[in-house]
Order: sequence, then structure tokens, then C-alpha cells
Amino acid sequence: MEAAADQVDRTAYATWLMRMGDNTLILGHRLSEWCGHSPVLEEDIAMANTALDLIGQTQLWLGLAGEVEGAGRTADNLAYLRDASKFRNVLMVERPNGDFGQTLMRQFLFDAWHHAMLTELLTSTEERVREIAAKALKEVSYHLERSADLVIRLGDGSEESHARMQAALDDQWAYTGELSTPDEIDTATAAAGIAPDLAKVGTVWRQTVEEVLRAATLSVPDSTFAHQGGKSGRHTEHLGYILADMQFLQRAYPGAVW
Amino acid sequence: MYAQMVKSTGEGVKDLKEMSPEERAFQERIDRGEKIEPKEWMPEGYRKTLIRQIGQHAHSEIVGQLPEGNWITRAPTLERKAILLAKVQDEAGHGLYLYCAAETLGVSRDELLEKLHSGNMKYSSIFNYPTLTWADIGAIGWLVDGAAIMNQVPLQRTSYGPYSRAMIRICKEESFHQRQGYDIMMKMAKGTPEQKEMAQDALNRFWYPSLMMFGPSDKDSVHSAQSMAWKIKINTNDELRQKFVDQTVPQAEYLGLTIPDENLAWNEEKGGYDFSEPDWSEFYEVLKGNGPCNKERLGARVKAWEDGAWFREGLMAHAEKQSAAKLAAE
Ligand SMILES: [Fe+2]
Ligand SMILES: [Fe+2]
Repeated sequence: MEAAADQVDRTAYATWLMRMGDNTLILGHRLSEWCGHSPVLEEDIAMANTALDLIGQTQLWLGLAGEVEGAGRTADNLAYLRDASKFRNVLMVERPNGDFGQTLMRQFLFDAWHHAMLTELLTSTEERVREIAAKALKEVSYHLERSADLVIRLGDGSEESHARMQAALDDQWAYTGELSTPDEIDTATAAAGIAPDLAKVGTVWRQTVEEVLRAATLSVPDSTFAHQGGKSGRHTEHLGYILADMQFLQRAYPGAVW
Repeated sequence: MYAQMVKSTGEGVKDLKEMSPEERAFQERIDRGEKIEPKEWMPEGYRKTLIRQIGQHAHSEIVGQLPEGNWITRAPTLERKAILLAKVQDEAGHGLYLYCAAETLGVSRDELLEKLHSGNMKYSSIFNYPTLTWADIGAIGWLVDGAAIMNQVPLQRTSYGPYSRAMIRICKEESFHQRQGYDIMMKMAKGTPEQKEMAQDALNRFWYPSLMMFGPSDKDSVHSAQSMAWKIKINTNDELRQKFVDQTVPQAEYLGLTIPDENLAWNEEKGGYDFSEPDWSEFYEVLKGNGPCNKERLGARVKAWEDGAWFREGLMAHAEKQSAAKLAAE
């Protein structure tokens, strides 16, 4: 690997990459559950499209994670053959979809973070990270534009849509803090210049979120409590079921080629 | 097909001499191979038959998301998951083009959906069969998209301009789908004994329902004769079914799979295969709502529509506020 990677513990680097890839994998999984079930045809298309982008990004992040780890694991191995406690996604993305408003609110809150994160990653010391970030950022810019627009229109829509979006925001809020709360992995990768200072990402995230929520006539919850755990492998009960679905064929027919 | 048993005027094809001057001019344009465009005069029967046909086709595309969507979360590799997501997204896009084509005939998408939800319009019988294993995703791409292509390639030449153009866009994507489906079947047929068993089982279950997609023989149907005169139907159901069987049998052989038909045999004289008819009583039961998944499929669509009402209303309310604000500012 390159110089920067030598300075940081490879395990920390690989773990950080898994966090990126697991977020996109699990969120992509959740979005794909809407296929054929969303409120209008255009949303079916948009949901599938976003899920597809996220799965594509997963292949890149987890592929690189496997290389950095150096144990010969592919992106598929990582996605299909790890158990829940080895997954490093934030809790937010594994929670059930709820109604379409909850799905959209989660998407907006995640997209705003994802966009800020990828923007910072354009100046990572690692070339491979910069490449993936540049590709992903093009897609995520569109995701954010779309989810922010829908949050605004539904927040400032009918009485019912407003109430649902506010309820969705209140419900998701305690799961947003984990995105921008640094731990030792974040600190180590930031010190090596691979990843940005998460607090900085958090500040940009907060600005975007406040601006959009204001336009949506929604009020930012004043609670600062944040659920933590996903990034270190302590998940909700929901992840096990996601994996039971996702990994079924690989587990039931080990070694088969599909 | 994606549009099965579409009724036309039911009156049989008029002779040119019996037609009004307008009707005759219209028929002559069609006979010359000209395209009919939305704003132009057309017989009421032509318009209504097209709405039924395009609407049913559109409904099939969107209901068709469900059986395949059933395996997206369980796709066995990231690549397969991405391919399947892209396919299902394409199908929704096909639905969109087709609803737009239908709208040019003076019917709204919401009206068509209302008819689907109330059971007054149908979608293809094939989507009422369950997807039980991953091989079914291969079989659907190979057989169901394969059968759709048989029908849709000739429809690229259909007389109604917007429908023809929708078909041209759709056909390009459908042939990808078929190749991808066949590729899944190939991997499984050449894979472990369990995979091969799943592949054969999928073929066993999807063979006859795929043959049913073309609809019962319509060589004596007045509806079909009128639709063919108007070039909104190009081939008879039997012609398309024969073409499909002739194309598919060698593909199954190449996979090393057996078509579940003891009567299947090459007929040198006709230059095609002889094969068994599907069980048409099963087909009529499926159309009546008694297929294995009718209730789930339609139920899922109705639930999506009803659960999404607040979403659609919210967007409308926002749009109204915006235009009111704009008006006030002027
Ligand atoms: Fe299609
Ligand atoms: Fe297709």
C-alpha cells in the first residue's frame, strides 16, 4: 500500500473502509425492499436507482477493504460471510423502513452526511479512496438533491405529510449522532489523512440539515442523545434478520458459484 | 402476452367499401405503413382497443416488479443483486413509458391504475406465479422476458406512433434481461447438483405458464382480426408461441435441461417443433383471480397505492402552495 497506509494500522484502515461499505450495503438493502411497493412509479424507479448506486459503491469500498485487510477476502466474502457483530455500519441504516416518510427522512439525514463525507474524501491521502469518493460523490449529489427536495415538499405539504415528516425526524434523530461521533478508528484514519476529521463533517452535515428542515417547516429536535454501537459491531436486533435474508444462498450452498 | 386477450370492437373487420371516408382514409394510411400520431383522427374502437392493450402492458410491467423484487434482498452476490435491481428498475421504467403512451390517447395514469386496482383491467397471467428459488429469477429472464421479446419486436412496427416508439426503447432493454436470465440459468445448470435441480425445477414450473403468455389460439378471433387490420397486433398468438418454442428448445438443450413435455418433437415438415398445449383451464382460472399469487400481487399494488395516498397528497398540497405564493407575488 501507499505511504499513508503504512503510517496507520492496517486494521484501522480496513475497518474504516468496512464502515463505508457496510453503510452503503445495508442502506441499499433497505431501499431495495421498496421495489414495487412505493407510492408512485417514479419513486419505485428512484428507490431502485439509489439502491443500485449504493450497491455499486459497496463493491468498491468492500473490495478495497478486503485488499487492505490482506486476508484474501473479496467484497462478496465480506458481504455474505460475516456475522452481524463483524458488520460496521451505523445503526441508522439497519432500522426498518417504516412508512415512506421515515425512509425518505432517513435517506436525507444519511445523504447529507454521506455527501459531506465524500466531499472531504476527495482530498484523502489515499489515491484509491479519492477515486471511489469521486465516483460516489456524483451519485450521492443526486441522492441528496432528491431526498432534500422531497423532505421540503412533504414537510411543507399537507397537514398530514407535515405531521408524518416531523414524526419521522423525531424518530430518526437519536440515530444521527453516531455518524459524526469519532472513535479511535476515526481518529487514527484522520491522523493518517485517509479520512477527514469527523467533527468537521458533522458541522457541514448540521448546516445542510438545518437549512433543509427550515425550508421544510420542520423543527430540529433539541435532544442531543445519540445511540451508538453499530460502528463497533454492537447492532440492533434488526441486522440479524437482514443478514439472514441477504446471506441465505451463500450460507445454504457454500462454495456454489452463482 | 403482456397484453392477453385484449378485446377490440368485437364487430369483425369492415371491408374498405363499408367504411366511412374518414375510416377508409385512416385504414389506407395504416396499410401504407404510416404511423398514427396522437392528435390525428382515429376510429373510437382503435383508440379504446389501444388503451386496453397498452394499459394492460403497462400494468404487467409494474406488477412484474413484484415476483423478481422478491429475490433482490436475497440475491447471492453483489453483482447479481446489482443486475437484478437494474432489471427491476428497467421494468418500472417500461411501465412509465407505456403509461405515457396510453396518456396520449386521452386516459390518465390514475384512471388506468384505478381500473387495475378494482380488477377491471388485467396484467399478464405470468406474474401470478411465485418465485420460489433463485433459479426462478433466471427462468423469468430467460423465458418470460424471452416471450415478451417475441411479441414486442414485431410491435415496434405497430401503427400507433407513441406505442411503436415505446416498444423500440423497451426491446433494447428486454434483450439484456433475457441474456442475463440465461446467464443465471447457465451458472446453475453447470453448477452443483442442488443448483442444477433448482434450474430444472424452475423450467418445469415456468414452461407452461410462459406458453400461456401468448394467450389461447386466436386464429378465429374477431378481436384479433380487427387488431391485426389496425396493426396493433402483428402476429397471431399461435405464430408467436411456435417461434418461442423453436427458439427456446435448443437453448434448453444447451443448458442440459429438459423441457417438461413428452410430446416435444421436431417436425421436419413444418420446420418447427410439435409441442403440448398448456392447460388452458388453468389459464382461465388465473385470469379469474385464482392463480397462486393473484391476491398477493394485486394486494401489494393496492396497499402501495393506499399507503402512498398521503405522500401524493402532500406533494400536491406543496405544489398548490407554491403556485398560490407565485400568484400572490405577481
Ligand atoms: Fe419490461
Ligand atoms: Fe424485462
